[in-house]
Amino acid sequence: MKIITAIIREVQLDKVREALIAAEITRITVSRVSGHGQQRIEEMYRGQRIIPDLIPKIKIEIGVNEAFVDITVDAILRSARTTDGEEGNVGDGKIFITPLEECIRIRTGERGGSAI
Amino acid sequence: MKKRLKKSMVILILLFVSITGLIASDGTEIDTGATAWMLTSTALVLLMIPGLAMFYGGLVRSKNVLGTVMHSFVAMGIITVLWLIVGYSMCFGQNTLGGFFGWNRDYFFLKGIDTNILEAKVPEYVFSMFQLKFAIITPALIAGAFAERVSFKAYCFFIALWSLLVYNPLCHWVWASDGFLFNIGAKGAIDFAGGTVVHISAGVSGLVAALFLGSRRGYPYQVIRPNNLVITMLGAGLLWVGWFGFNAGSSVSSGLSTAQALTATQIAAAAGALTWILIESFHQGKATALGFASGILAGLVAVTPAAGVVQPYGAMILGILASSVCYMAIQAKNKLGYDDSLDAFGIHGVGGITGALFLTFFIRPSWMAEAAAANGGTWSMWSQLVVQAIAVGIAIAFSAGMTFIIIFLLNKFIRFRSTESEEMAGLDRSYHGERGYGMLNPS
Repeated sequence: MKIITAIIREVQLDKVREALIAAEITRITVSRVSGHGQQRIEEMYRGQRIIPDLIPKIKIEIGVNEAFVDITVDAILRSARTTDGEEGNVGDGKIFITPLEECIRIRTGERGGSAI
Repeated sequence: MKKRLKKSMVILILLFVSITGLIASDGTEIDTGATAWMLTSTALVLLMIPGLAMFYGGLVRSKNVLGTVMHSFVAMGIITVLWLIVGYSMCFGQNTLGGFFGWNRDYFFLKGIDTNILEAKVPEYVFSMFQLKFAIITPALIAGAFAERVSFKAYCFFIALWSLLVYNPLCHWVWASDGFLFNIGAKGAIDFAGGTVVHISAGVSGLVAALFLGSRRGYPYQVIRPNNLVITMLGAGLLWVGWFGFNAGSSVSSGLSTAQALTATQIAAAAGALTWILIESFHQGKATALGFASGILAGLVAVTPAAGVVQPYGAMILGILASSVCYMAIQAKNKLGYDDSLDAFGIHGVGGITGALFLTFFIRPSWMAEAAAANGGTWSMWSQLVVQAIAVGIAIAFSAGMTFIIIFLLNKFIRFRSTESEEMAGLDRSYHGERGYGMLNPS
């Protein structure tokens, strides 16, 4: 079992969700976060250009069984990139995969892969 | 009242030309009570525009909140400037081009009304500014139909053109003393404060625009939830408050007719709101806050044309009817699947039509007596219904046709609909470079 954590652009959330649903990955957790990577964006307030040092992003967390890791990663890669070509842009985000020790369904107390 | 006033205004202006300065220097010509109420009404109607901004702003997703609020606010800028240059003249000048709109040289940049006082003993500036507020809110209402998916630049051009080509002519026909709908039948088509001019025209135009532009990305499969219903409720409250200026101010006096309009307004809003949550409770099992707000608006919209002629029981029935019909209209919208995003047509179009037609059955007897006298003895409810139906029909056909032409042509020069990436990023970031909220959960 793995936890897949993806940090993506806010604007790509719809596309990523659509791609995940198409790949039959429906159990996800989404949160609004902010952070600092390579990207710089501009906002405007009263005629002043402002470059925030913390940029709003979306964090998606998905717990998956081994067989679904690649499917999930592929779906996110395809949908979170902002260009039509092979390569995306700075700021498209990152995917982290971490091992998941245990998963428990609170309702039934089930443990392991079947609880995901 | 608006109607009688305009006839005398023309005379007054002629008089003014010959004896410039006489009236103005004589301060006794001003009825300070009426003027004070009209100044208050002018401010109240302006308050409806931020109210509308809040009402609509709360209903969209958080990425579009500022863009939606700006749809209302930018109308205050654009329409005010247009009104100064040509708007007032096109609405309340003398018939031009066969009565298609009005024109009066003195109204150009309002330069000839500096010292004018109307027969209602109110300075003409006050009347002009009061009417301006109606001209502002009408195009802003349309924005609800195509929320969350239009380019800001194209929207600005659209409301400017719409105001010139739809609102001003329609306003002239219905409210100017020489407008043809003002003089149809025995005592004219009844549109006290803007059922046809404001609500039907905005609602129908919104429907045409929504159909032309197509649905929002993901509609109706993706659930699109309001970002902040509290703002929406506050906006609905401000609209209700402002509506007292909208309706009671339309008497252009401070007296009996003002009181009649004010009472009808309060009752219709309350009856509409209660009806809506009752229907909802039976139909869905829960009385929603948004339902209550929608009912307030449906009732207010329906009583707008009627406020001057119906008695309180009539206002109550109009409120009940309007909420019932609008509720069904929104159910029908959901079945048909077109994306009138914030129900500009469902509430303003349908509610306006309901009010303008059904008010006929609740006209106070004194009005009918006056109409009969004007017609040489008889004037029945049914004859008035025909007059109302003609006015409603013309308002629907004209605003639908003209809006289609405006959007079709405008779209050739400026892309009206947002691109897919602009729509996904949200109006706030795409067109304004700002964020409405700091950190909120995505909606």
